[in-house]
Amino acid sequence: MRPGPQTTLAPETRTDPAPALSARAIRRIVLEQAKRANVGHIGSALCVADILAALYGSILRMAHPADPKRDCFILSKGHAALALYAALFLKGWLSREALDTYCADASLLGVHPDHALPGVDFSTGSLGHGLPMGAGVALGARLQRSSRRIFVLVSDAECNEGSLWEAVMFAAHHRLANLVAIVDLNGQQALGRTDAILALPGLEGRWQAFGWDAHVVDGHDGAAIERTIAGLDTRSGPPHVLIARTVFGKGVSFMERRLEWHYLPMSEAQYRQALAEVCGNR
Amino acid sequence: MRGAFATALIELAAADPRILLLTGDLGFMVLEPFAERFPERFFNAGVAEQNMIGLATGLARSGFIPFVYSIATFASMRPYEFIRNGPILHRLPVRIVGVGAGFEYGHAGPSHHGLEDIGIMRVQPGLTLIAPADHRQTRTALQKTWDLPGPIYLSLGKDDRTIVPGLDGRFELGRADLVHDGTDVLMLATGAIASEAVAAADALARHGVACAVMVVASLNPAPTDDLLGVLERFSVALTVEAHYVVGGLGSLVSETIAEHGLRCRLVRCGARTAPDGRSGSNAALSRAHGLSRDALVRTVLAALATVTV
Repeated sequence: MRPGPQTTLAPETRTDPAPALSARAIRRIVLEQAKRANVGHIGSALCVADILAALYGSILRMAHPADPKRDCFILSKGHAALALYAALFLKGWLSREALDTYCADASLLGVHPDHALPGVDFSTGSLGHGLPMGAGVALGARLQRSSRRIFVLVSDAECNEGSLWEAVMFAAHHRLANLVAIVDLNGQQALGRTDAILALPGLEGRWQAFGWDAHVVDGHDGAAIERTIAGLDTRSGPPHVLIARTVFGKGVSFMERRLEWHYLPMSEAQYRQALAEVCGNR
Repeated sequence: MRGAFATALIELAAADPRILLLTGDLGFMVLEPFAERFPERFFNAGVAEQNMIGLATGLARSGFIPFVYSIATFASMRPYEFIRNGPILHRLPVRIVGVGAGFEYGHAGPSHHGLEDIGIMRVQPGLTLIAPADHRQTRTALQKTWDLPGPIYLSLGKDDRTIVPGLDGRFELGRADLVHDGTDVLMLATGAIASEAVAAADALARHGVACAVMVVASLNPAPTDDLLGVLERFSVALTVEAHYVVGGLGSLVSETIAEHGLRCRLVRCGARTAPDGRSGSNAALSRAHGLSRDALVRTVLAALATVTV
């Protein structure tokens, strides 16, 4: 049985109609739900809020979750699922009631996303799976002569996985122009900085060397992300990658670039401060 | 069985455009007819089995029926977690074809010996697991399962000549086939080694031992009713598999006996030891692991001598 809502959630935020889809709205929901469920993985979810807001706000062509021709989004870095749930809620594909089951017993909204949730095509969480599956969807779309595009958000640490590079090679060889990878380059992995664990210098050049069309963007500049993706040729040519420079824990001063927010839940005081910083009503 | 697989797949693909074939850069002189007939539906994913399973998962999610082809070890163990988190978790119609199970790549050495595929695949719920005994049964199994909604693993031998006498190419999912009747002892066999079991049964007849042989090609779903029906008739039974005795048919039959409280002593014939670095022909390695006709005869006679009925 899941615990009841905690007093720290202002009741009006639970009954209002969904606010507009924005990075700030995603971050607010991330904080609210992480606090209510008393779980971690907050830093990763805050980090990708601007990317998800850009994707679900304007980039992804998707009117209905069941439309087989809609664009496909794969959150390969599944541990940022809370940000995805927030985006799906803000888009109107997930009810407030469902969102509030985050991390409850028997909820479809776990720490990592599951395909049983409408709008989520693939269960992810084990790193290195998203790009191979995304390449499969991209290949399938080509065979079906569909104009759907496939976006896969991977973490920088995920670039440690050999399977990712297998997919990178396949997609380049078959010139899957409808495949767009976005690397969340936050420099942080599970036990420390990527520089200290398995450094990824020149990541843009590495993807280019494998035959991809690579772009470096500010991962917190939604307009720049939208502009870059709008400029991609997704009908012919090589696959595309956006190396999105981000700040782990973005938007909450005491979480930014701090490893512990990969894991820890917030105290009451931390939650109040984080919410105030994200909502801007200090 | 490789040739039978390729031929049957071409026939099915001609009727259903959803069928695709992916290979991990293997299948020389086997897959060319498919590639030539359906160049748009054939993909060599390169030496990259994890990605190949991921691709197949994405393709199946998009409405295709992808078959992925490799040597049994590389088709099963190498991308195992991708199979689990892909077609199993998403319940998608990916067909994984592992060729040359057991010691069929004998001379290639232990890295190529497929002695675990059935064991590791059998633990995955929702995965249909089939190990045909000969090329005719391979064809029937493919024809009867190709459009199942869930994932399938096919453990295939290489040989397209040997026929298991009495099997006549029969296959039913969840059923086993009694191909040689007898009253003294029962052999249960899976995969290409089944022909050795039948040969052993013929040899045992000359020793005055009436040995029944049941071919178990459908390992998941397990042919529980057929196993129970035959096991209760015997006080001693042997499993025969070119596989480790742990995890495969030997384990399956042990579980069936234990869970149903049968009074049947089971002897598991198969590989029991870690590889010792020696390679050799399929026949030599089968002999070394007690799976040749003569070895099986000796094992049956020894088992009967120690069982008091």
